[in-house]
Amino acid sequence: MSTFQNPLLEAKGITKYFGTITALENVDLKVHAGECLGVVGDNGAGKSTLMKVLSGLYKPSSGSLYFQGKEEILESPKDSQNLGLEMVYQDLALAGNLPIGENIFLGREPTKNIGFLKFLDFNKIKELTNAHLGKLKINVKSADQKVEELSGGQRQAVAIARSTAFNAKVVIMDEPTAALAIKEVGKVLDLINSLKKTGVGVIVISHRMDDIFSVCDRVMALFQGTNFAESELSNTSRDEVIGWIMGKK
Amino acid sequence: MEEKDIKKESIYLKLMPYIEKYGILLLLVLMILVMHILQPDVFLSWRNVTNVFKQISWQSMLALGVFMVIVTAGIDLSVGSIMMLSLMVLAIVAKAGAPWFIVVITPLIAGFLCGLFNGAGITLLRMPHPFIMTLGTLYIFRGTGNLISGGTPISGFTDEVRYLGHGRIDLTWLGLEKSQYLPVSLVLIAVVYVIFWFFLNHSRTGKWIYAIGGNPSAARASGINVNKILIIVYSLCGFLSGIGALILAGRTDSGYPNAGLQSELDAIAACIIGGASFFGGRGTVLGVFAGVMIMGILRNGLNLMDVSSFWQQVLIGSIIVIAVYIDVLRRDLGTRK
Repeated sequence: MSTFQNPLLEAKGITKYFGTITALENVDLKVHAGECLGVVGDNGAGKSTLMKVLSGLYKPSSGSLYFQGKEEILESPKDSQNLGLEMVYQDLALAGNLPIGENIFLGREPTKNIGFLKFLDFNKIKELTNAHLGKLKINVKSADQKVEELSGGQRQAVAIARSTAFNAKVVIMDEPTAALAIKEVGKVLDLINSLKKTGVGVIVISHRMDDIFSVCDRVMALFQGTNFAESELSNTSRDEVIGWIMGKK
Repeated sequence: MEEKDIKKESIYLKLMPYIEKYGILLLLVLMILVMHILQPDVFLSWRNVTNVFKQISWQSMLALGVFMVIVTAGIDLSVGSIMMLSLMVLAIVAKAGAPWFIVVITPLIAGFLCGLFNGAGITLLRMPHPFIMTLGTLYIFRGTGNLISGGTPISGFTDEVRYLGHGRIDLTWLGLEKSQYLPVSLVLIAVVYVIFWFFLNHSRTGKWIYAIGGNPSAARASGINVNKILIIVYSLCGFLSGIGALILAGRTDSGYPNAGLQSELDAIAACIIGGASFFGGRGTVLGVFAGVMIMGILRNGLNLMDVSSFWQQVLIGSIIVIAVYIDVLRRDLGTRK
């Protein structure tokens, strides 16, 4: 939609070594507001490493990150969260023993002061959770339900709700439909489309061409830790993108 | 699936949280009833009830500490040794003639530092499992306690030092008899358990302790400093062991080399019986208290009935196995596969 605008998030020349292994070499990436970027690549192409660099979980060996045009150095996931950069992990990163609401606000729980002590504000957690789930049209029995009692699709929805509960500007999703039943995939893709409409920049890592071609505006391929190809979605085809994944142009 | 099964399952799902929360209390009440029927004159007498509470007083502190560690999916094998070392430090400081208000805080500081050592070792030295670190410190702390005391008992503390473990709250103003007093250690248990209940259920740190037990990578990805929380948990566990040492000093009026021997296993047993899951993230403070009480009442009741202590061991062991089997069943029912 707004390709002539400045990108919301831009990574330039990201390189990451693990000992002698080069996981990423000189990788560039950018995403605009309201845009969905699809990142494809074979296993070991460096997709997950790149996402972990963007979320502050890994520090890049070299290269720089720009958020809204300003260079940022991410020391931890907390730093990226503070910028409005949220991650939805493939293993969902939810604590099954905690209720939905407490998972959504995990690490950022609202509190109330009683005297000099800070207590969790459970009413507020519930209130905010219901409002937020309602906004995203996510149906669950109750915000007090434990996450381990939910289906895969519901868990994915909670993970996405979690990532957007704090005015996220960019949401990065690692294989958002990989663990889902077919009927639940559509719901998650709808959720991604509605995020885009609210002006959030979305990065989707996926193996599934169906996902890429139903929600993304642009697609980039990584091959052996480097930028391999990139295109507007309208200018490419499934076969071509599949070719990129295998290293053929 | 047939409709009947669905209905049955949904009743299970509805009851699950209550069974998980209060089931253990039912067992406790049942035990009290059985003991009362078997020993109607003695068991629920004022003397015997206060006796049970005095006997469980220091174990309840160790169990609470170990419980927090177990919630993080860890384990602390060193609590008995921490208590012994703290007790020896207390005894030495007391014998050196320090004023009582110094003497009473020394075991707390010593226990806290031991716990901090455990936590630092587990996180900074990246031990593969807390079992290994705390197995090491089980020997280190007890050895240190023997080194500083020469391996001999040190006895004789002032009344102020003994107050928490030995003090009595007079209730004659309520029209009760002189023998119907309230042990100070009972009040201490109540206060400490309420504080830690609030801490674990109503503070952010407490919530994060449960989150780490539920899924450490989720906690990390949420921006929680997992190592910092673990160090806090192990330090608090040591601190509670220090309180245990202070109580024990009051009860026995002595620092002795065998203090707290194997009590780490009792503490773990109480947590497991009380419904804490070894997989982490599950269990309640109320459950731990019930677990401690069940072990205390079992020992007390079997003593009253003159059952040999060998049978006590067999029974406590059996209860652990049954309690964990219930935990396994609970997980099967409560989670989707």
